[in-house]
Amino acid sequence: MRPFNYARPQSLREASQLLSTHTGRAALMAGGTDLIVQMGRGLHSLELAIDIKRVSDLGDQVEKMPGGVRIGALTRLEDLAANEVVRASFPALSEAAGSVGSVQIRSRATIAGNICNASPAADTAPPLLAYGAQVNIFGIAGRRTLSMERFFTAPGKTALLPGEIVESLDLAFPKEGTGSAFERLARRAGMDVASVSVACLVWHSGSVRLGFGAVGPTPIVAEGEETDSMDWVGEYVKPVSDIRAGEDYRRAMVVALSRRAVKRSRKRMGEDA
Amino acid sequence: MDAPAEILIKVTINGGQHRLSVSPHETLLKMLRERLLLAGTKESCGEGECGACTVIVDGRAINSCLMLAAEADGSEVLTIEGLASGGELDPLQQAFIDAGAVQCGFCTPGMIMSAKALLMRNPHPTVAQIKQALCGNLCRCTGYTRIIRAVLDAALQPGGPRAPQDTGEEHAEDN
Ligand SMILES: Cc1cc2nc3c(=O)[nH]c(=O)nc-3n(C[C@H](O)[C@H](O)[C@H](O)COP(=O)(O)OP(=O)(O)OC[C@H]3O[C@@H](n4cnc5c(N)ncnc54)[C@H](O)[C@@H]3O)c2cc1C
Ligand code: FES
Ligand code: FES
Repeated sequence: MRPFNYARPQSLREASQLLSTHTGRAALMAGGTDLIVQMGRGLHSLELAIDIKRVSDLGDQVEKMPGGVRIGALTRLEDLAANEVVRASFPALSEAAGSVGSVQIRSRATIAGNICNASPAADTAPPLLAYGAQVNIFGIAGRRTLSMERFFTAPGKTALLPGEIVESLDLAFPKEGTGSAFERLARRAGMDVASVSVACLVWHSGSVRLGFGAVGPTPIVAEGEETDSMDWVGEYVKPVSDIRAGEDYRRAMVVALSRRAVKRSRKRMGEDA
Repeated sequence: MDAPAEILIKVTINGGQHRLSVSPHETLLKMLRERLLLAGTKESCGEGECGACTVIVDGRAINSCLMLAAEADGSEVLTIEGLASGGELDPLQQAFIDAGAVQCGFCTPGMIMSAKALLMRNPHPTVAQIKQALCGNLCRCTGYTRIIRAVLDAALQPGGPRAPQDTGEEHAEDN
């Protein structure tokens, strides 16, 4: 690995200042499971890794709030997958977090790192989109909140401005009479990036909100009505062919996985009633 | 850019306290193998895919190839060398030998550390839970069946019996 410097700020302000004074030459590091791989491959010419794991004002837990949960940026995917409140109220997010990499990866990988790396295949993105998550962002100039839908702008790119840091994610509890699920297709059972992933939230009335991964330049959100075939979701996606899957296959699979996800969501609705 | 200055860290490794001066871009794996000569932890892919470098940090199995030595400051690290005590192998190590779960042995330290982290959290795992815990560890030799058997056997040893229907035979080969 090419040499770089290492900093371990204690506060968000300090981290953000470091990031702004080294624009383009520094990166935040949470679990490092994306960043260190990228550095090892020589994809960055970084001079400074800013380790944010000991920033005292960044949370690493899921907090219950009135009307929903707040997920600290540093929450590890292993902890997110196992969290009881998340399992009960946001099962698609729990399933997605639990499907990332291996135990070793999930024990380091954070939720903020997963979305800030902005891979079109990031597993937590589809459920965060389906549940309508809000991203709380810290910047020296002030804090702001952005809806998940506006967070991803291009492959590997987010709406974060220079010096901004994701602080937490807010999820409102889904209304009574809803169900949700996550479906993922990969070439093998463990340790593979998704070829296609789908999360959905279904209302008793038949309205659905879906999030798709790996079928476009960014994760994608769609809203509509439940149908038997669910083939309308094909309109929303722009898949490409790569080593994991072909374009046509991805298009067919996003429809099939949507059907499956809706069916499982319906079942869960029944369990609650 | 100026040459990065070394960083002073304090870390507990296999119960012993160490103060070390490390390079900022040095991985924990490199520190263990080259500074401390703890060469039981292996490097293969260097990218989190194979699990050969697995160690336990603060109770969690992690890939030491994806962690910087500097990040381990203040942590407790357990490596394969820390399992045996008083000249006696850990029951898990003995179970790997007894089950014939070791062939070339390159994956074995990582496998054992992943399994150890599982048993520390869950002393009586099912086959499905064992497979899940080991899915980040590749083995090119054994076909996995005996590795899973070894973990089940170790789980049986000190505590009570596992669920009788969970024999460990079914689908153990298709991990
Ligand atoms: C073997 C292996 C398997 C993997 N499998 C999967 C998989 O199945 N599914 C999947 O989705 N991913 C997978 N990944 C990718 C990776 O593990 C995840 O994306 C992980 O969630 C990244 O989190 P991290 O904390 O490690 O991020 P880091 O590597 O620390 O950071 C990633 C990016 O986010 C930025 N960042 C981190 N935190 C913040 C913050 N709070 N605010 C602003 N920017 C921030 C960093 O600057 C960096 O650009 C895998 C990786 C490996 C090595
Ligand atoms: S060497 Fe670390 S996972 Fe392969
Ligand atoms: S025993 Fe040779 S790789 Fe597992």
